[in-house]
Amino acid sequence: MARALINVPRKARRGEIIEIKTLLSHPMETGYRRDNMGNLISRDIISRFVCVYNGTEVFQADLFPAVAANPFLSFFTVATESGTFEFRWTDDHGNTQTAQANIEVA
Amino acid sequence: MSAMPEHLGHRTCAAFLLAALSVVASGASGSEIPAAEKRSDYEFMSPDTRAIQDDDGTNPGMFSVLDGEGLWNKKDGVLSVSCDDCHSGASMRGIAARYPAYDVDYKRPVDLQERINICRKRRQNATPLPPESRELLALAAFVAHQSRGMLIELAIDERLKPFFDAGRELFEGRQGQLNISCAQCHDDNWGRRLAGNVIPQAQPTGYPAYRLEWQEIGSLQRRLRNCLTGMRAEPYPDDAIEYVELELYMAWRANGLRIETPAVRP
Repeated sequence: MARALINVPRKARRGEIIEIKTLLSHPMETGYRRDNMGNLISRDIISRFVCVYNGTEVFQADLFPAVAANPFLSFFTVATESGTFEFRWTDDHGNTQTAQANIEVA
Repeated sequence: MSAMPEHLGHRTCAAFLLAALSVVASGASGSEIPAAEKRSDYEFMSPDTRAIQDDDGTNPGMFSVLDGEGLWNKKDGVLSVSCDDCHSGASMRGIAARYPAYDVDYKRPVDLQERINICRKRRQNATPLPPESRELLALAAFVAHQSRGMLIELAIDERLKPFFDAGRELFEGRQGQLNISCAQCHDDNWGRRLAGNVIPQAQPTGYPAYRLEWQEIGSLQRRLRNCLTGMRAEPYPDDAIEYVELELYMAWRANGLRIETPAVRP
């Protein structure tokens, strides 16, 4: 039951620098830990994050096993026009989760 | 420093040990914290960790609250009723501020998690959720979250008194290979440092809480097990009454502080 919490300002002035915060529910299992029986717990991490603003990629990040569970990413971009932010998290197996947020630029 | 003469090294070591012992000895009585000096463990955290808790958009404990809301509205058990069919989530406001509470049938106090399982059994005819399971923590976090900002107000009546006294004894009594009590750190030496960390007052204001060390949400009982292990004491068995007694005493001890669930703790 993965979830994402997104924080994008609902309204902004044109040209304003806005902060975007994203929090994804994910275990980020490193692949280095062992369970009680001594067996290696298989690696399960989000390895890539992308943010697309009205079709233009404005932010991307590669994530590694050292990143804590429930990865939190915050970044800035310039509010150019009203539209949609699309967020994509991709794990090691190529599975993708997405989320969206709208912004109104005046 | 390897250059230090050996006799001096021994003396320094002995002096340090004496100082450490006197700190422990000075507070053996376990004096309670006056109401005016009570502070949530939040106050002892770094600004960075506080910032994570302050914003619901960055607080990973909120995932659990949201999951709990889903479970609250989900029909379950043989009777196929949801929690919400009997009482709304909003009606749970204030509940966490007076738990653990006495259960008439069990003739002892029960904490929030156990209360949820009792309700599952009685009203839904559903199987109890395993302790520390994601679902049980989520439901408890959802219920406790309804009371966020409210003052903890736990009254100890005649029925609770024996359990409360037992809890206080556990809190103030020495145990484990280090032979120390909870009170020696959290009543007598809060605000001082244990190695690199500030010792908080151990006020259970935000459970279930997201602990950065765990990288997930966990119960107060889990936190108590951590502390017991740290004292080199053997944790009680999973369903031991000792945990509830301790929770009861600690909740009373936190009277007047505000509920923070879901708290973030280092």
